[in-house]
Amino acid sequence: MAAPQPLLQVDNLRIEFPTRRGTLLAVDDISFHIDPGEVLGVVGESGAGKSLTGAAIIGLLDPPGRIAGGQIRLDGRRIDNLPYEQMRRIRGKEIGAIFQDPLTSLNPLYKISRQLVETIRTHAEMSPSQARARALELLDAVGIPAASDRLDAYPHEFSGGMRQRVVIALALAANPRLIIADEPTTALDVSIQAQIIALLKQLCRDHGTAVMLVTHDMGVIAETADRVAVMYAGRIAEIGPVAAVIKQARHPYTHGLMGSIPAIGHPVEQLTQIDGAMPRLTEIPKGCAFNPRCPEVFDKCLSHRPDLRPAGGSDVSCWLF
Amino acid sequence: MAAMAAFILRRVFQAIIVMLVVSALAFVMFKFVGDPIAQMVGQDTSLQDRAALRERLGLNDPIIFQYLRYLGDVIQGDFGISFRTARRVDVLLVERLPATLELALVAAVFALAAGVPMGVYTGLYPDRWLSRVFQAVSLAGISLPTFFIGILLILFFGVVLGWLPTFGRGETVRIGWWSTGLLTLSGLKSVIMPAFTLGMFQLTLIMRLVRSEMLEVLRTDYIKFARARGLSNFAVHFGHALKNTLVPVITITGLQLGSLIAFAIITETVFQWPGMGLLFLQAIQFADIPVMSTYLILVAAFFVVINLVVDLLYYVVDPRLRLDRSLAT
Repeated sequence: MAAPQPLLQVDNLRIEFPTRRGTLLAVDDISFHIDPGEVLGVVGESGAGKSLTGAAIIGLLDPPGRIAGGQIRLDGRRIDNLPYEQMRRIRGKEIGAIFQDPLTSLNPLYKISRQLVETIRTHAEMSPSQARARALELLDAVGIPAASDRLDAYPHEFSGGMRQRVVIALALAANPRLIIADEPTTALDVSIQAQIIALLKQLCRDHGTAVMLVTHDMGVIAETADRVAVMYAGRIAEIGPVAAVIKQARHPYTHGLMGSIPAIGHPVEQLTQIDGAMPRLTEIPKGCAFNPRCPEVFDKCLSHRPDLRPAGGSDVSCWLF
Repeated sequence: MAAMAAFILRRVFQAIIVMLVVSALAFVMFKFVGDPIAQMVGQDTSLQDRAALRERLGLNDPIIFQYLRYLGDVIQGDFGISFRTARRVDVLLVERLPATLELALVAAVFALAAGVPMGVYTGLYPDRWLSRVFQAVSLAGISLPTFFIGILLILFFGVVLGWLPTFGRGETVRIGWWSTGLLTLSGLKSVIMPAFTLGMFQLTLIMRLVRSEMLEVLRTDYIKFARARGLSNFAVHFGHALKNTLVPVITITGLQLGSLIAFAIITETVFQWPGMGLLFLQAIQFADIPVMSTYLILVAAFFVVINLVVDLLYYVVDPRLRLDRSLAT
């Protein structure tokens, strides 16, 4: 089942933020891989480190954040320590990115055509007219109606959902093999979210593009992802095939997450919730980060940090397994 | 385009109101700034002669008539006769206009040509030592008074080193009614120090503005997305970031161009630059009200025109402001 060589391999990645009151470890020793054409969902609460992981992979961590350890490899080649200019050539061409808010992702002063053509010509030898034709194809592919009329429109002339389609077109412009989609639908209307997710899924399947889909929407994951990684306080709590994680969540945190999702057709009076809140980066407890909130906590959880180990169909970092 | 025309018409209408108010102010000066007759005649002029002169200049008429007559004259391009030189004020000012405009223009070009790149550099690399030097220099530029910078320049480059002339415009060449100092070597040498002095403040202003705007824009999502698309640094910094800083920069530069013209007075005095500012200062000393009020009107007109141009430039730079929304969904 597993491909001989994963497209993206992240090993023991650590991301830290130096602050005046000491260094904060925002992502603490996480490892995972993404196979070619695979959709990996990454879920977690705000601040769990999922967006930072995505930013680290494309080499766009906002300073002072920095990669403090570990390796990121694309096709076996290390990309976490590349000089800026070499990494720039990978961005867009090998790894595309889609951000949360389509309203602010496009430069308001330039026509869509210009932003597309510029991106296409950055990565491929094309004449302006060839690039323009390609831009038109892309707009068609992402489902912009009457694309040839809209090519020379400005971003403010599009609605939010249409803008996110343009953003997807831009991310796909150079046919990257991996797309980091950081909460691509969070800022959109619920009715539009499903369309965008379906579009992203279909386009990536057509082109064999792998996706790292960062979200906190379990429903999106269930529908889209092949595998899912659950992050908690900068660590991976559980990672495995979607069906295994959703149907038989092992980690108490994943279990709690699943319990907090309302199921249609099964009315319940009150949704279960996980008591407490995710610890701040300055206050991550010793041992398992989840231990203060865990219903099944025991002695070992307070002193020793669990590593990811196979349990059932997935890998879980919990001393219960 | 219809919306554009309506916009322009509206602005022109506003401009006319502003100019009417300014002309009223300019006129009021006649009433409140000293007695022009006392300045014009000698000590031993008899009271009858003074009264006759007063009558002849129309200074005894009711004030509203005087204003309407003044307004009528101004509209017809008759700004009156200078009390001091007994020459037509408009001729007097037009003679001085090229000197001031050239000085202001050179100063503005200098301020932009140096201020924008310095601002971009300090915005992109806030921690480099050169950025800190620029910041320190700009602090000096913003806090040292103009005349002080001018005097220091004169002392150093004019007196000690003797490289540059310390006063005047140098040789000028006439092109039609316009006299330019920018085509002769001595003219060019003469303009360096006054333009530097006049432009220094604007330079620091523009630099600090561009810097803070760049810092702001570089944090935006579309810059991050542009980087994520793999665009080169050059395209990101100059194609995407710089253009987004331009709207405030155009505003400030435009308004400052008006100020450059209006406040060239000090620089012109320090360097004895034969422009309108110097003329204005001399006019104040002699209570030469026609010159003063005309200068006021002229400067106001510059401001109004520049503001209009600035507003139109917004439309060129920022598509969101264009009123044609037919494509909007």
